[in-house]
Amino acid sequence: MTTPRPAETAATAAAAAPRPGDWPLWEVFVRSRRGLSHTHAGSLHAPDAEMALRNARDLYTRRSEGVSLWVVPSAQITASSPDEKDAFFEPAGDKPYRHPTFYEIPDGVHHL
Amino acid sequence: MRNTTATPALPLGDDALILSHRLGEWAGNAPVLEEEVALANIALDLLGQARVLLSLAGDEDELAYLREERQFRNLQLVEQPNGDFAHTIARQLYFSTYQELLFEYLATTESELAPLAAKAVKEVVYHRDHAHQWTLRLGDGTDESRVRMQRALDALWRFTGEMFEPVEGLETVPWPALHDSWTTRITHTLEQATLAVPDGPRRGGWAAGAGRQGLHTESFGRMLAEMQHLHRSHPGATW
Repeated sequence: MTTPRPAETAATAAAAAPRPGDWPLWEVFVRSRRGLSHTHAGSLHAPDAEMALRNARDLYTRRSEGVSLWVVPSAQITASSPDEKDAFFEPAGDKPYRHPTFYEIPDGVHHL
Repeated sequence: MRNTTATPALPLGDDALILSHRLGEWAGNAPVLEEEVALANIALDLLGQARVLLSLAGDEDELAYLREERQFRNLQLVEQPNGDFAHTIARQLYFSTYQELLFEYLATTESELAPLAAKAVKEVVYHRDHAHQWTLRLGDGTDESRVRMQRALDALWRFTGEMFEPVEGLETVPWPALHDSWTTRITHTLEQATLAVPDGPRRGGWAAGAGRQGLHTESFGRMLAEMQHLHRSHPGATW
């Protein structure tokens, strides 16, 4: 780990700090009228959450009634790293006892 | 002009048609992409209202494309040029607040306009909210945006009195009560936005009635020429 030179530090800080007039990116999640869960629909730029919601309504819902919208600043989302894909997601396929596939789902249970 | 009956649908339809055209002029020119979509949405809502209303008064295409300036009954407010973004927002704030109050009332009546009003009021509530949000942002934004927003509100103020002149066929509408509610709502928004409610006369340079009597401001003729050009160049064409 090398200490960043002053010029680099300044450049990084300038890139990270929002300037006036910059519209940050928001991620939009929509639940349709009969939908069970919010689904990522896309992203948009907006100055704040209020405007993000209104823009999302215009861009992603066409104003169908009864939908629910979530907007989240993209900067707030932490994503898993593709480099760690194997460690994160590779299932232990040779250990069937780890997979709950031997159970009958009772009739009364929905949405499992 | 065949089939044209004197009905309040005509002036209200003209309001929606003309403002829709003005908002359409923003296409490709809005400050940001998202705002472009919002303005186009509002324009399309208004065009939809105009089509229903003009159809009640006669043939919608003939009414939109073959009338002269003096035959249009829209408010002078809606024909005002877009100006800067603040100007467009001020015009929308004044008009949407008026339209919301009028349609809310009409929806409760036995008028032939009641079904349209009930449907349109949902759209108009959004238009008013959009203008309200932007008034707050521009008014309470930077020094520059504040100056521009106030300038726009002041410049359009003189066209707001006309909205509460009784419309032919709508004499039963409680216009003074609508006027009071309008003033209350506008005052509330402007106070929230740290802006001043404009003072001064609320009449244009023309005599009472103005746009509703077919008396329009200078830029309206140019707007109509552009809007009607193709239809008049190819009379009777279908598309």
